[in-house]
Amino acid sequence: MVAEYLSVLVFIFAGIGIVLFTFLLSKLIRPHNPYPKKNANYECAEEPVGSSWFKFNNRFYIFALIFVIFDVEAIFLFPWAVAFGELGLYALIEMIIFILILFFGLFYAWRKGALKWV
Amino acid sequence: MIAVGITVALKEILASFGLSGGLLSVVTYAILASATFGLLSVLALFLVWWERKIAGHMQQRFGPMRNGWHGWYQTLVDGLKLLQKEDVRVATRDKVVFFWAPVMCFIAAFAAYIVIPFGDGLIVADLNIGILYIMAITTFTVISLLMAGWGSNNKYALLGGMRSAAQVVSYEVPMVASILVVVLYAGSLSTVDIVNSQAGNFLNWNIFRVPYGPLAFLTYLVAAIAEANRTPFDLAEAEQELVAGFNIEYSGMKFAMFFLAEFINLFTVSAIAVILFFGGWHGFEFIPSFVWFFLKTFAVVFLLIMIRWTYPRMRVDQLMEFAWKFLVPLTFLNIIIAAIFKHFGWYWEL
Repeated sequence: MVAEYLSVLVFIFAGIGIVLFTFLLSKLIRPHNPYPKKNANYECAEEPVGSSWFKFNNRFYIFALIFVIFDVEAIFLFPWAVAFGELGLYALIEMIIFILILFFGLFYAWRKGALKWV
Repeated sequence: MIAVGITVALKEILASFGLSGGLLSVVTYAILASATFGLLSVLALFLVWWERKIAGHMQQRFGPMRNGWHGWYQTLVDGLKLLQKEDVRVATRDKVVFFWAPVMCFIAAFAAYIVIPFGDGLIVADLNIGILYIMAITTFTVISLLMAGWGSNNKYALLGGMRSAAQVVSYEVPMVASILVVVLYAGSLSTVDIVNSQAGNFLNWNIFRVPYGPLAFLTYLVAAIAEANRTPFDLAEAEQELVAGFNIEYSGMKFAMFFLAEFINLFTVSAIAVILFFGGWHGFEFIPSFVWFFLKTFAVVFLLIMIRWTYPRMRVDQLMEFAWKFLVPLTFLNIIIAAIFKHFGWYWEL
C-alpha cells in the first residue's frame, strides 16, 4: 500500500517537470521585448493608483473560520461513513446528535449575522 | 474483463528489462504520468472545441468553422499560438509567487488522475482513501488562484483570487457532504470499491439505489460547478466586472496552464459524478468498460456545458448565502436520512 502512495509523489514531480518543460519550449521560440509601458499593471489603461498589497475585508476571515469547523467535522464523518455498516444504532444516534450540535452552531452564526455578505 | 490492472501489467513488462525495487515503481508511475498527461491534453483540446461548438449552436451561430471540418483543429492552432506568445511580466509582481501559481494550478488538476478509474483496471493506483484524496488535491487550486491574485499585484486579480477562495471553501462543505452519502452506502473510500459496489443492473447505480440519490447528485453537481469556477458561479473571473479576474496579468504559456487546468477540472468533476452516482465503467458487457466510462462522463460534461451557456452569473452575496443557508443544511439532513435508511435496510441490493 505504501508503494502506491509513491505514485502521488511521482505525479507531482512529473507535473512540475512537464509544466517547466513547456515553459522552456515556449522560451526558445517566443519573442522577448519588454518596456516599462508594457510591464505596467493592467487597470483598463489608467495609471495604477498605489500597490494592491493592502489589508483586505475581514468577511473572508469569518467564512474561513466557519469552513474550518465544518471541514474538521468532515474528517470525523469520513471514517464514520466507512465503518457505519458495522457500528449499528449507537453510531447512528451519536452522529445525529453530533450533526445537530453543528447545526446549532451554524444557526447561531446565522443569527449573529456572520453569514451576511456586506 | 481485464484481470490485472494496467499498473501491474506495466510493472511486469519493466521487470523483464531488469528493473526492480523502488526504481521500478518510480519508472512505472513516471510512464503512466506521461500517458495521463497525453490523454488529458487531447481531452482538453477536444473539450475546448466542443464547448465552443455547443455555445455557438446554442446562440444560433456556428462557432469555429475555419480550421478543418467544422474547425476541429482550432484549439490545436490556438495552443501553438499561445506557445509563441511573448511572456509579459508585470514589473511590480511578486516573482516567486507569480511564477509558481500556474504550475500549482496544473498540478492540483493533474494529480487527481491517480485514482480515477478510466475502465476496468485502467487506474494508476487504487489508493484506499481515493475519493478523499481527490477532494484534498483538487482544493490546492484555491491556493494557486490566491497565489495568482496576490502575485500579480493587480486589484482585479486580487479581488478575483479572494472571491474564488471564499467561494471554493464554502462549496467544499456541501460537496463533501454529498459524497459522504455515497460513501455511507459503498462502505469504502476507494474509487474502485465505490464503482464495484454499483455493479450489475443499472438500478444498482447510486443515483437510484441511495434514498434521495437524485438530491445528493444535484447538490454535488451545484457544488462541483462552483468548485470548477464555471458559470453561473464563475465570479473569480467575471469578465464584465473583474475583466478576467485572477489570470488578468498572465500571458503565453502561463495563461495556457490556467486554461488547461480549468478544462481538466471540468472533466474531473464529471468523472467523479460518474464514479459516485452512475456506476463508473459498468454497463453492458459487450462494449469495453472504458467506452462506457467516457460516454457517461461526456454526457455529464455536456450537461455542465449546457448549464454554463444557459444561466446568467449569480451575485456574490447570493452565492455565499445559497451555500451556507440552503445547501449546507440540506446536504447534512440528507446524510442523516441516508444513515437512517441504511441502518434499517430500506434500500435494495440487487
